[in-house]
Amino acid sequence: MKYLDEFRNPEIAHQILGKIRATVTRPWVIMEICGGQTHSIIRNGIDQLLPEEITLVHGPGCPVCVTPLEMIDQAIAIASRSEVIFTSFGDMLRVPGSDKDLLQVKSEGFDVRTVYSPLEAVDQARQNPGKEVVFFAVGFETTAPGNAMAIHQAAQEGLTNFSELVSHVLVPPAMEALLSSPSNRVQGYLAAGHVCAVMGWWEYEPIAEKFKVPIVPTGFEPVDILEGILLIVEQLEAGKHDVVNQYLRAVKRNGNQPAQALVNEIFEITDRKWRGIGTIPASGFQIRDQYAAFDAGRKFSVGDIHPNESPDCISGLVLQGLKKPIECPAFDKICTPQHPLGATMVSSEGACAAYYHYHKIRIPSA
Amino acid sequence: MTTEFPEALSCPVPKTNYDTVQMAHGAGGRLTAELIEKFFLPRFTNTILDQLDDHAIVHLPPGRLAVSTDSFVVDPIFFPGGDIGDLAINGTVNDVAMSGAQPLYLTAAFVLEEGLPLADLHRVLLSMEAAAKKAGVIIITGDTKVVNRGQCDKMFINTTGIGVVPDRINISASNLKPGDKIIVSGTIADHGMAILTTRKGLSFRSQVASDTAPLNEMVSSILNVCPEVHALRDPTRGGVATTLNEFAASSHVGILIHENRVPVKPAVRGACEVLGLDPLLVANEGKLIAVVPPEFADPVLTVMQDNTQGKDAVMLGEVTSENKNLVVMRTQMGTHRIIDMPLGEQLPRIC
Repeated sequence: MKYLDEFRNPEIAHQILGKIRATVTRPWVIMEICGGQTHSIIRNGIDQLLPEEITLVHGPGCPVCVTPLEMIDQAIAIASRSEVIFTSFGDMLRVPGSDKDLLQVKSEGFDVRTVYSPLEAVDQARQNPGKEVVFFAVGFETTAPGNAMAIHQAAQEGLTNFSELVSHVLVPPAMEALLSSPSNRVQGYLAAGHVCAVMGWWEYEPIAEKFKVPIVPTGFEPVDILEGILLIVEQLEAGKHDVVNQYLRAVKRNGNQPAQALVNEIFEITDRKWRGIGTIPASGFQIRDQYAAFDAGRKFSVGDIHPNESPDCISGLVLQGLKKPIECPAFDKICTPQHPLGATMVSSEGACAAYYHYHKIRIPSA
Repeated sequence: MTTEFPEALSCPVPKTNYDTVQMAHGAGGRLTAELIEKFFLPRFTNTILDQLDDHAIVHLPPGRLAVSTDSFVVDPIFFPGGDIGDLAINGTVNDVAMSGAQPLYLTAAFVLEEGLPLADLHRVLLSMEAAAKKAGVIIITGDTKVVNRGQCDKMFINTTGIGVVPDRINISASNLKPGDKIIVSGTIADHGMAILTTRKGLSFRSQVASDTAPLNEMVSSILNVCPEVHALRDPTRGGVATTLNEFAASSHVGILIHENRVPVKPAVRGACEVLGLDPLLVANEGKLIAVVPPEFADPVLTVMQDNTQGKDAVMLGEVTSENKNLVVMRTQMGTHRIIDMPLGEQLPRIC
């Protein structure tokens, strides 16, 4: 399959690995921001292939994982209303709220549906004029254009029964927050290719300059990730800190400008709480006042729900790259994908779930 | 072979006073009798069923009795490559066949939703007739109930199958031994992706069609060359990953499979990539996994490839003494990872 097979080609991957081995002379810590990259790294065993000098730490780029508990509880409160059809991407449905998840709400008889696109949710609103259709709009810059388009379309058609519960987060402020932390150990970043496809990579230039870290927008296949790591290691070894684009087939410096314009029309930047990390200034999107009618948080007045996290879960430290999942006392004991304490164990992009699924293994001798 | 059924053209929907299923069709009176006479009997006719008793009495060849039951509730009831009717026959035929038995007789019980078009029922019964004929089984007794609109989704079918296992055959998930070879009979994930892409209205350049098919003939030819087959299973819900995990756990062995041998059709792979799903976790309805002693691996693979349903059969992996109770995949990159059972339904990822 074109655009996949060549980027999963083991020979090319091993050639790049050879170059990484030939380049690296010292230990380096590199963070992949994006949960999709974490998933690909663990799934393909890229961490097993890298020379021991290179440590990969997993970043906070899993939208399911960083959506705060209070948003999950707000979603559950809205979904538990008889007039609501609550729609969401699949993997949000199993994220534990304070005492249940959205799939349990469905089993209680409320209308919770998986959709593949926010525009499908708009369609549900058209087909069910007597119902309130709510879409759970989570994600990074990648999903923002689609979520903005849904509100744009609903507004143009005058649909009054569609709204979004928005918990959008932004990558660059989170990177700055991590780099500003006194406990930071990250020396280079793989930036998320699809985020950059929307936003471009110019935003990362001041960060690379300010913190003296190389940043490489990178794709998601094994060859992409290895090439991204090579582009970082070459810079680290040479004492450089530029933004270098690995994901050439999808990313331009200025990104997708029509998509950005649409996002700006509907959303504005706001402070945002990240699960396990806390509030990061100017790190999220919220719906602008002129589109308040499409804001489910305001429509259903759920803003005063503020629960507390499980004290046994260290997902915040995992999301900041300070701990590996296997260093958590709860990991694979009281916290499993069947009974997750924190969101990092729920999503297949979550670092804890990725470790749980792929890391309990002895390498076969055969 | 997707939506047009040539049989339906040559065999028109029986004439009745109604176009749709009525509550009275399940009330046991005249309309029930008409439904049975006009719709069910012409399709399934045989000397046992035609007696219309509340039970069936059959003679069985010597051996141990194999029984399996399954309920079919697929949505939508018609999908590319098949419908709920052939699924209900093939699913139970295959479950019986995986014991090493030749399936002989089936029962069929229907729950129909009030308002179901009788033309849809007729089309499903035609598929069941064709599937039963292909598998060499007959339907010997059955039941029909009608429920109020909304109390079921169009139609549910339960089938129970019986067959006889010859004495020398001993097939079980707990029989795997280190060194055994694992063979899969063809491309995986076809059925699950056909259902999902139909439900979601996704279209791909080449059609993704269900693989629903009877496997009893292939099982017979496998047993002919290798009566010592250790395990057989059709990887339906939960896919190949679930079946292999069940094998590993039941036999307390490890299983090693090779990513570069996993057979997946390009369109199915494309659909899985788009939706963020792993083909190893997606349902099949016309595939089997055979675990055989190493010396039988090549002859078994050859007879499977000679069978219509097994032309894409491949040696997927082997049973190991290490990594007990785990299924491990050697990736294309040469690394290893665990293939776990899915928790429930696979949930598509956000991005």
